[in-house]
Amino acid sequence: MTDAILDVCGISKSFGALKASDNITLNLRPGEIHALIGPNGAGKSTLIKQVAGGLTPDSGTVHFAGQDVTRLSTAARAQLGMGRTFQISSLAMEFTVLQNVVLGALGRRGDVFRFFKPVMRDKELLQQAHTALEQVGLEDFHAFRTSELSHGQRRQLEVAVALTLEPKAFLMDEPMAGLGAEGTERLTDFLDGLRHRAPILLVEHDMDAVFALADRVSVLVYGEIIATGSVDDIRGNPIVRTAYLGEEDAA
Amino acid sequence: MKRETILNAALLLILLAIPLWAQSADEPFIITLTTRAVIFAIAGVGLNFALGFGGLVSFGHAAFFGIGGYAMGILAYHAQTYTPLMEWPFVIEGTKSMPVIWLVAIITSAIVAVALGALSLRTSGVYFIMITLAFAQMFFFFTISWPTYGGEDGLSIYIRNDFPGLNTMDPIQFYAICYVILLLVLFFVYRAAHSPFGLALSAARQNEDRIQAIGQGPYRLYLTAYVISGAITGLAGALFADLNRFVSPTMFSWQTSGEIMIFVILGGVGRVFGPVAGAALFILLEHQLGGLSEFWHIYLGAILLGVVLFARGGLFGFIAGREVAHD
Repeated sequence: MTDAILDVCGISKSFGALKASDNITLNLRPGEIHALIGPNGAGKSTLIKQVAGGLTPDSGTVHFAGQDVTRLSTAARAQLGMGRTFQISSLAMEFTVLQNVVLGALGRRGDVFRFFKPVMRDKELLQQAHTALEQVGLEDFHAFRTSELSHGQRRQLEVAVALTLEPKAFLMDEPMAGLGAEGTERLTDFLDGLRHRAPILLVEHDMDAVFALADRVSVLVYGEIIATGSVDDIRGNPIVRTAYLGEEDAA
Repeated sequence: MKRETILNAALLLILLAIPLWAQSADEPFIITLTTRAVIFAIAGVGLNFALGFGGLVSFGHAAFFGIGGYAMGILAYHAQTYTPLMEWPFVIEGTKSMPVIWLVAIITSAIVAVALGALSLRTSGVYFIMITLAFAQMFFFFTISWPTYGGEDGLSIYIRNDFPGLNTMDPIQFYAICYVILLLVLFFVYRAAHSPFGLALSAARQNEDRIQAIGQGPYRLYLTAYVISGAITGLAGALFADLNRFVSPTMFSWQTSGEIMIFVILGGVGRVFGPVAGAALFILLEHQLGGLSEFWHIYLGAILLGVVLFARGGLFGFIAGREVAHD
């Protein structure tokens, strides 16, 4: 075995007759960005849920940081160091931007069951929160209510919260969705540097971003990984071209 | 200063001024009425901890209110009849000491809340409302058919319990006790709402995916909130029983659960001082409208409807605006 931080080994998941995941094996090595691409309905979300928690595979195992996490809860996996961002922003919308990031830093520290200390005056948490906001470029918006942010800013905030968790690996579900050209470019640059802090499993539709960033790409079609390889391998792979990229070129 | 802070201070001052005025004007009934409002406020603050901060719509908080009441009733009953509460395996005597009664009320309510919460929190939404209601009804029917402590007729306690250094039969002195307890409860709840736990609980209410993604299971947060909530409402129940020197199954009834919820909704869900405003308004309406007609609840219903339809944040939302995110 490699020294992969995340090891998905032969997982399958069916919903009735539909095979949403069909014997999927993939891993994430330190320092890399591993992109997962595939057309709509290919089973990307199902796969992410089995990795991050929420769905248990019918068969196969998920190992993370040397531990079998196949049956662990989402919260337990997060504690082990899975930093997840959601496809549909999952933030506390009534909170300010800063509160959301402080919540992340609090989760990292783990001492949630304290009833008397004002959390928004905790210097350590605040400092981590502001650092994360600066890194994603949201510092100016820290006092905004999260529900007032634009769609793209919410994506950035998701990433900022994941940063405060200081995870061992990031699982990012379409972080570029709805960002616009400039935002995508900025986030691409940022993720490029981030891979050295922790590897990223990146589910993404934006092919420019994927080809610019990924060390390896896996292509998921109808619940099956039909190819894994470098960007050049994937670009040149005839099966992938017909199954997936061809559709995009034609469009 | 924020509007909410001013409103909070104004509420506390009014609750201080009314009984002082009533004392000088020799109107003990007004003092008793205000005492009722303060005790209801404590019960509401308790429910608000689960409902407002945790989003747990408990329609069975009468269970804790009643447990607090019966904790007082049973202990005082054994003290006034000079019979031990139990003799085996060790002797437990009744007591007339308020602090002991409060402690028993808080601990008993908390223990029951752990059990009820552990079961109820496996459900959510309408099912949670129904299961909490069902548990409270179980207590209601149990006490009705429990002849040892008066059954349906309830238990009368002839003399109010003791507090060291005070004459608790004097309305203003008993009021002072309840007012100070309200202050202490508000202080605790305010701190808890702004604590790490408060932040996590509020996040869990808003988005369960989020709280799991930062490595916390929502269940433990909810259960803790439910237990704290139940313990506070239990304490209010003990005070209420002492105010009336009477306990009956009515304290467990679903109308009681509904009233506690009305305090929270009238005042403002999720605002620390909301239930204080709600309970005060409720008592005011009960007194004023109750004088107009026996069927004053019909007006209360209309007002409640108005609040829910047009002022979702209750009295607090109406006067102090949307909640300012806490700093």
